[in-house]
Amino acid sequence: MNTEQLEKEFQARIDAEEKIEPKDWMPDAYRKTLIRQISQHAHSEIVGMLPEGNWITRAPSLRSKVILLAKVQDEAGHGLYLYSAAETLGIDREQLLHDLHIGKAKYSSIFNYPTLTWADIGAVGWLVDGAAIANQVMLCRTSYGPYARAMVKICKEESFHQRQGYEIMMHMARGTEAQKRMAQDALNRWWWPSLMMFGPPDKESTNTEQSVKWRIKRQTNDELRQEFVDKTLPQAEYLGLKIPDKDLKWNEEKKGYDFGTPDWEEFYNVIKGNGPCNKQRLDARVKADKEGEWVREASMAYYEKKSAKKKVA
Amino acid sequence: MSKKNWPLWEVFIRSKNGLSHKHVGSLHAADEEMAVENARDVYCRRSEGVSIWVVKSADIFASDPSKSEELFETAKNKIYRHPTFYDIPKEIGHM
Repeated sequence: MNTEQLEKEFQARIDAEEKIEPKDWMPDAYRKTLIRQISQHAHSEIVGMLPEGNWITRAPSLRSKVILLAKVQDEAGHGLYLYSAAETLGIDREQLLHDLHIGKAKYSSIFNYPTLTWADIGAVGWLVDGAAIANQVMLCRTSYGPYARAMVKICKEESFHQRQGYEIMMHMARGTEAQKRMAQDALNRWWWPSLMMFGPPDKESTNTEQSVKWRIKRQTNDELRQEFVDKTLPQAEYLGLKIPDKDLKWNEEKKGYDFGTPDWEEFYNVIKGNGPCNKQRLDARVKADKEGEWVREASMAYYEKKSAKKKVA
Repeated sequence: MSKKNWPLWEVFIRSKNGLSHKHVGSLHAADEEMAVENARDVYCRRSEGVSIWVVKSADIFASDPSKSEELFETAKNKIYRHPTFYDIPKEIGHM
């Protein structure tokens, strides 16, 4: 069968809602798109541990500390499920990490912003995880089997993340005047970067159309962003906090909110490496990789020695 | 890149006694004991399992999806293997 026929059959399977599994034939571009997207997603989970890990030692109570620890540990787990899914496409983990460390692979630009106060941990859980959930719920039905399965597990765990974030926001918003100011300040700083998490507007998004056709994605960036705004606004109102957007208003016709345009220049600038924490984040990952190298080598050496002994016996 | 990479292991979890082990994903580990410990941390943070199997990914031999048609064909024309193939009179009831 020639490639054109294979591609046609492949698209027919996608259109029939069949899942694609690792050893099935797939177009090179489908494989490449998935490797890029899944590894980016995995890197985001791993780098995402850093801004939150920043507050583990300073959590205001033992309760909040164990919760934050569990959440950061979950992020590590999510990264690992996703690397595992990416590896089914025939790329090694070592290569994926290498691409991250040399700056070739991207991760979500949101993690290049700093977590300045404890309220930021609330805002990250509520908004950043909230935005991630909107995207991930869609991805539970993505066309590539291993990616979809990883997403189902991630979504189950992610809802704890958003709820713990919202709980922190509730405590702060109902606390002292100073705490309320901190909560509002965290919302002000995280709101726009959270909207940017859905990616550029549809008219500028180069990957969306093909990804929708392959059912890797099932909703566009703008649709997901709209969904997120509509869901989040009542949650902010309940907290008595104000979303920092003067253009935000109900649109009866579309049964959703109209909202302002994120600063896309800032978005591209952060992606290019000029966000407040890009260098710090990447340095931390490279350092962890380097410092763990001897452990990986020593444990392999131990394993080889042990298996050699077993063979003799 | 380090010279010696940890091999990849496939992880299977029994969620409770009475059910079979089910594939949940993979991970890297130096040996089988570390693979089981890592599988506990990666795949069982919320009591998802009572037993873990790990198998080196390289040791799994899988059927070829491009040959699925011929591999599974024989079952397709043996519809008499299914109970619905037989007409049982209504009077007999459930059988």
